[in-house]
Amino acid sequence: MLRYILKRAISLIISLCLASIIIFAVVEIAPGDPASFMLGINAQEDTIAALRAELGLDQDKLSRYFTWVTGMIQGDFGTSYTYRSPVAEMVTERIWVSLPLALYALLISTLIAFPAGIYAATQRGKSGDLVVMGATQFGIAIPNFWFAMILVVIFALKLRWFSAGGFVEWENGIFKSMKSLTLPAIALALPQASILSRVMRSALIETLSEDYIRTARAKGFGKRAVIWRHALRNALIPVLTIIGLQFSFLMAGAIIIEQVFFLPGLGRLVFQAITQRDLIVVESVVMLLVFAVITVNFIVDVTYAVADPRLRRRV
Amino acid sequence: MFQPTKIITAATLAVFASAGVSLSGQSDITVAMQLEPPHLDPTSAAAGAIDSVLYSNVFEGLTRFASDGSIIAGLAESWDISSDGTVYTFKLRSGVKFHDGTSMDANDVKFSLDRARAEDSTNAQKALFSGITDVAVVNDTTVKVSLDKPNGSFLFNMAWGDAVIVAPESVEGIKNKPVGTGAFTFQNWVQGDRIELSRNPDYWGNQPALEKATFKFISDPTAAFAAVMAQDVDVFTGFPAPENLPQFEADPRFQVLEGSTEGETILSTNNKMPPLDNVKVRKAIAHAIDRQAIIDGAMFGYGTPIGTHFAPHNPDYLDLTGNSNYDPELSKKLLAEVGLSGGFTTTLKLPPPSYARRGGEIIASQLRAVGIETEISNLEWAQWLEQVFRGKDYGLTIVSHTEPMDIGIYARPDYYFQYDNPEFQSLMTELNGTTDPSKRSSMLKKAQRIISDDYVNGYLFELAFTTVANAKVRGLWKNAPTQATDLTGVSWAD
Amino acid sequence: MRSGSLIFGVLLSALVVIAAGLSFLWVPFDITQLSIPDKLQTPNKLHWLGTDHFGRDILSMVMIGARTSLAVALLAVGIGFFIGVPLGLVAATRKNSIIDEVIMRTNDLIFAFPSLVIAILITALFGAGAMNAIIAIGIFNIPVFARVSRGAALSLWQKEFILAARVSGKSDLRISAEHIFPNIANLLIVQGTIQFSLGILAEAGLSYVGLGTQPPIPSWGRMLADAQTMVSFAPHLAIIPGTAIIITVLGLNLLGDGLRDLLDPRVRKSRE
Repeated sequence: MLRYILKRAISLIISLCLASIIIFAVVEIAPGDPASFMLGINAQEDTIAALRAELGLDQDKLSRYFTWVTGMIQGDFGTSYTYRSPVAEMVTERIWVSLPLALYALLISTLIAFPAGIYAATQRGKSGDLVVMGATQFGIAIPNFWFAMILVVIFALKLRWFSAGGFVEWENGIFKSMKSLTLPAIALALPQASILSRVMRSALIETLSEDYIRTARAKGFGKRAVIWRHALRNALIPVLTIIGLQFSFLMAGAIIIEQVFFLPGLGRLVFQAITQRDLIVVESVVMLLVFAVITVNFIVDVTYAVADPRLRRRV
Repeated sequence: MFQPTKIITAATLAVFASAGVSLSGQSDITVAMQLEPPHLDPTSAAAGAIDSVLYSNVFEGLTRFASDGSIIAGLAESWDISSDGTVYTFKLRSGVKFHDGTSMDANDVKFSLDRARAEDSTNAQKALFSGITDVAVVNDTTVKVSLDKPNGSFLFNMAWGDAVIVAPESVEGIKNKPVGTGAFTFQNWVQGDRIELSRNPDYWGNQPALEKATFKFISDPTAAFAAVMAQDVDVFTGFPAPENLPQFEADPRFQVLEGSTEGETILSTNNKMPPLDNVKVRKAIAHAIDRQAIIDGAMFGYGTPIGTHFAPHNPDYLDLTGNSNYDPELSKKLLAEVGLSGGFTTTLKLPPPSYARRGGEIIASQLRAVGIETEISNLEWAQWLEQVFRGKDYGLTIVSHTEPMDIGIYARPDYYFQYDNPEFQSLMTELNGTTDPSKRSSMLKKAQRIISDDYVNGYLFELAFTTVANAKVRGLWKNAPTQATDLTGVSWAD
Repeated sequence: MRSGSLIFGVLLSALVVIAAGLSFLWVPFDITQLSIPDKLQTPNKLHWLGTDHFGRDILSMVMIGARTSLAVALLAVGIGFFIGVPLGLVAATRKNSIIDEVIMRTNDLIFAFPSLVIAILITALFGAGAMNAIIAIGIFNIPVFARVSRGAALSLWQKEFILAARVSGKSDLRISAEHIFPNIANLLIVQGTIQFSLGILAEAGLSYVGLGTQPPIPSWGRMLADAQTMVSFAPHLAIIPGTAIIITVLGLNLLGDGLRDLLDPRVRKSRE
């Protein structure tokens, strides 16, 4: 057991090191200099050199890489070149938009997917199933930024129920903040809900065909009771796995939606930083996202292994 | 759950409404703009957004731009110029205080100017200060600035946002907490969203009518449209989507101000890259371009055609558009004369603004009609600076040169156009040493004609400055002689 | 339902492919010629789907845009296929070996990167354009194909006919190429169809933020971006390219589902 965890931990560390090298390399070899970007077209060479020195960009790449990595290990993610504030602070601020948005979208998606998936599974092959499955095909095919545009036109410009974008901070009341996240969350949730409904449906159909369910049916339990008491519980495992995947996707995948609704979230921070060549922000935020996914995977693997020793050999 | 909220909102609204009436008019304003400042120190970045928020509101210089573009007194109430034009003695206003309570005096002026021209200065417009040889404090309210040679535009240079006066006590922190002398003090910055200012009760000049001002940053044009329509913002300066302006004009709730900028939008040409190094080829390009189609297609009619690199609202402006009128047949003839009747291919690199992206597509189509193929690539600003501006790796590009009075860039052979004309260069040297207005005027006219006749670049149009505002807002700047949103004279009509 | 989705999928996909193919030979209007006075027309007899802000015929734009979308997505899938499948097959020959471990851990690593953010990063940093978009989308197709082919190949290695081939002295790589690959091809085609439709969406997203195919070559995503400020008075500018994307992705997904039912014996059995 311990050996397995140790092995996974070493591979986790190697992965993190590789990821940091890849991110740093990709960002640093790209053309574009943050100092000359900030100083614009009338800047003199000596001014640009002075700013590069001030930002620490005059050091060689290798020592900058090590400063960055050792900083991160100690919880210091560097200082933004353009905003001149600590990256960690900026990220914390933005997480208060991105995290609730991701959770909100997930909530909407689950609220749609559970009933839709269960209904489709019980109506398998009938017209109800066909309608739900057809709708989910549409939901997957619709690009979410296009859906967002349509939502803005209908609900913000025509009906004026929601504002077209922007985020109302939490200090102004949860209701107002949630309201400002509603259209973006719906736009994000649509494809996720469609995927989740399909997973829910097939997971249920699979469990419904298993022996113990048949036994339960044979014992005289009603179809409804069987679904609620037995099948659903077992179908939850694949569904929860997908929800977990969707969550990590939503944290970073909202980048275009945040752009459409000008939400000050993580995605927009990265997007802005990319265009402004605020390299340290790009590197640190991407590294954080990768770190989160890799560590979560690690924890999941280890938990599974602890729970079910057979898995250890399979991995 | 929803009902009570609605009632509360209605009740609050009623309270506000009655309060508003008793105060006879609103005293706060929300101004939106597209770009957010990267930080809040106008003396160490080129970002115009910094000046758009802070110029004359929070920070002030010795001189300043008035709304018509003229130079008026700022923190210096008067000045004397020595007879040889090399020594400027500024008399400062007395009793001026920075927002942190420290007083503004001659030492602060010396500090600010010395800091801007220092070896390790990170001032984006360091050239403005390059002629200064010495800044001497005579007494608390008198400063003597010596120049190496007479400079006709020195007072103009000192009005730039990059030349505002800062204090040694607070300069360390101004990137996040600006401390100036202006009529508004900085309150709060929610990064990615807004900056809040409030009235400075200790201001040396007239108290502004507004008590609070919020600057909101909305980069997306659709969101900008929606925010104005929903009246989430009172003013949007530099509205990014001209196609939406007719809708605002038709709506009595709004006013649309169409003003001028200092932005000459040009088809910049690499004068060293064959075949663009041939003046006939550049002339062919100039005649292949239909300016009106670009203004209509890219800017939905907003913009003034120009025929040289000079702002049309300037009294010295020469209308030279006839020099490069739309004449594709002439273009083809010119190309044939230099043996390029089969046309040629060059690059067209476009920075992000829509004037460039849309204008680029139109120009590409117009050039194709005379046989010139362009390979379009859309660049981010950082890439544009690297490849086009510094690397000079381009054939054509479209950019708006928004610095006021910047015809002098044509005297710099290392500038990205790579235009090298000794006659023009000596004319500019002469101009810089001339202070006589009528001589300056005729020199400027001559300069405009030279660059027009040399077809250095394709001169397209002067960028329009469009502001959409609540119909009741008064005192906004219509034109943009510099990047600024001066709120000191803004008020609400009853 | 099964044959239904296949038929629908084939029909919709064929519509898009025919439109793209036809655009090589004929489009209603020349879209390289802008005609500003004709801008922003709603659908009419001359311009069946109206004109855009430059007076270009939208039907012609959509037809040529189909070409762009299909080409970018197809090449991106190609990258994933031609790099991912060999990697997966090699990994399967040496289960739990160092090679397998390295390949699969690298896979996991690529999966850990936020794909959309990285695609935007690559195209923004190294220059917007079709080529970089293809690479950025393609990279994330590699682990998908590697994983699918490894998984399918592993189960085949237990089969008798493979053991027989082994006994006859064929090398592992040869067996992979001659026996394993043909037997997992069906599965890969289904996966390819799904990745293809995801590629269409990714290309649209990148073009929408200005990082995909560059003008004057039309692309659906950029048409949407151009339309963005005009939806309030010319909604057809957004609705038409959006519908084109939906039809394509829907068609490919239905086709993928239909093919899976048709080709994958396990699914067929469980359905019957």
